[in-house]
Amino acid sequence: MTAQPPAWLAFSSRALDALVIAALFVAVWQGLYEYAGDSAITAPLATLSYAASLVKTSNFWGHAQATLVAFAYSLVISIVLGVVLGLALGLQRFAGDVAEPIFVALYTIPKVTLYPLILLIFGLGVSAKVAFGVIHGVIPIILFTLNAVKNINPVLLRTSRAMRLTQWQTVTTVLAPAVMPELITGVRVGFSLTMLGVLIGEMFASQRGLGFLIVNGISMHNVPMTTAVILIVVVFAIAANGLLLWIDKRMHRAA
Amino acid sequence: MSRQAAIGWTRVAVIVGSILLIEALCRLKIINPLTLIPPSEMAASLWELIVTGKVTDDIAQTFSTVAIAFVLSVVTGFILGAVIHALPRVRRAVDPLLASYYSIPFFVFYPLLIALFGLNTIPLIVIGFVFATAAMVISTLNGLDRVPRVLSKTTRVLRMSSSSSVLFVTLPAAAPYLFTGLKLALAYSFIGVIAGEFILSGGGLGYSIAYAYNNFDNQTMYALMMFVLVIATVMNGALHVFEQRMLRRRARA
Repeated sequence: MTAQPPAWLAFSSRALDALVIAALFVAVWQGLYEYAGDSAITAPLATLSYAASLVKTSNFWGHAQATLVAFAYSLVISIVLGVVLGLALGLQRFAGDVAEPIFVALYTIPKVTLYPLILLIFGLGVSAKVAFGVIHGVIPIILFTLNAVKNINPVLLRTSRAMRLTQWQTVTTVLAPAVMPELITGVRVGFSLTMLGVLIGEMFASQRGLGFLIVNGISMHNVPMTTAVILIVVVFAIAANGLLLWIDKRMHRAA
Repeated sequence: MSRQAAIGWTRVAVIVGSILLIEALCRLKIINPLTLIPPSEMAASLWELIVTGKVTDDIAQTFSTVAIAFVLSVVTGFILGAVIHALPRVRRAVDPLLASYYSIPFFVFYPLLIALFGLNTIPLIVIGFVFATAAMVISTLNGLDRVPRVLSKTTRVLRMSSSSSVLFVTLPAAAPYLFTGLKLALAYSFIGVIAGEFILSGGGLGYSIAYAYNNFDNQTMYALMMFVLVIATVMNGALHVFEQRMLRRRARA
């Protein structure tokens, strides 16, 4: 047995690691700036101050709201649709085995090529962004849920039959808690991909949203704007993922 | 085996059935032809494009870009993975980074890459590379972690040199995971390059699809879309079959 270092020491060394990585990242950024100059990228400190003034403008929040609304809709639809389909396909063994490789194949194709089709169906606007976010986010949620149901301990299901639970009771009291950890992992992956989908949608064809601001900044030669919005988006993504990762780990440990 | 066959045939039936359904809906004008054209017309139009050589340059450009990004990401990812695996202290530091790597929507960097490198294929290679490398690093770490300890002990008992133990024991033992990395790196570099071309570029398949969309040229747009989806599916399918065969051979051994 090795002696465990005290918790505060482990925590401070992890914080130090994070600090070193952040410092490396800022150094690379500064290096890129020294190499390419103001016309291509803004220096870290200047970006930070630009971002600080940007978040005080109502214009920024209008775009941020457009992105967040589309993102929230697509995330909710992805989760509901993904869980329902994943549960159904997981419980129907045959249908699940038929569908799983199809979803895996859909997961790895470049879905961005489908965006014109979605634009033609939904028209320019928030519904196209939502649909595009959903086709990115729903598949991992389906796959994680499906696999969680498929790999569930059969004793649990046999017990619920022995106890004569109704279908609904089985789902709510046995199935749901058993698949929850995997489901959270699926939602975490789905969260990131949904956001990716919404942002790509905004970058390609949109007049609103943070993706639009990023592309617009480049075409208007407003590099500080682009760099600052990218920073804000990336910080948000990492923070949200960190939170979900923390819940994810707790769930898996509890299970 | 018969259940396996039933599953396989049902899958084929589902795919063919959905294509026929779309075809029927388009032919019966239930789906507006301005929204979607029948798959048979897409195929005909694609054939036309290929035979007349109109898209040859775009295809060549996209595939060469993907190939460069793929090779670079596999080599870099493997080396980084091996180095990180050898240095546990570094590994502990970068693990959280790898865990949240794919939560970053990398395509937001693409416009910045254009400002940095100009509107050519370099930003496309970089975005494909950045998108694919982490998958290879993670797979390499996974593979090296799962080399059974008894194997490395055996190499020491047999007094194998370190180079031959890596070549004959470690790498073959890690091979399935490395292959997964290869598979993901290919899919991700393809996605990265096509998406980059789509958002902003001067050529390639993604660019041509976006261009056709902007010019209401549904024939070309759907033909190229079909081409990209079919190529991606065939590529992934071939790698999947190869992987299954490798795993089966391993299970028998």
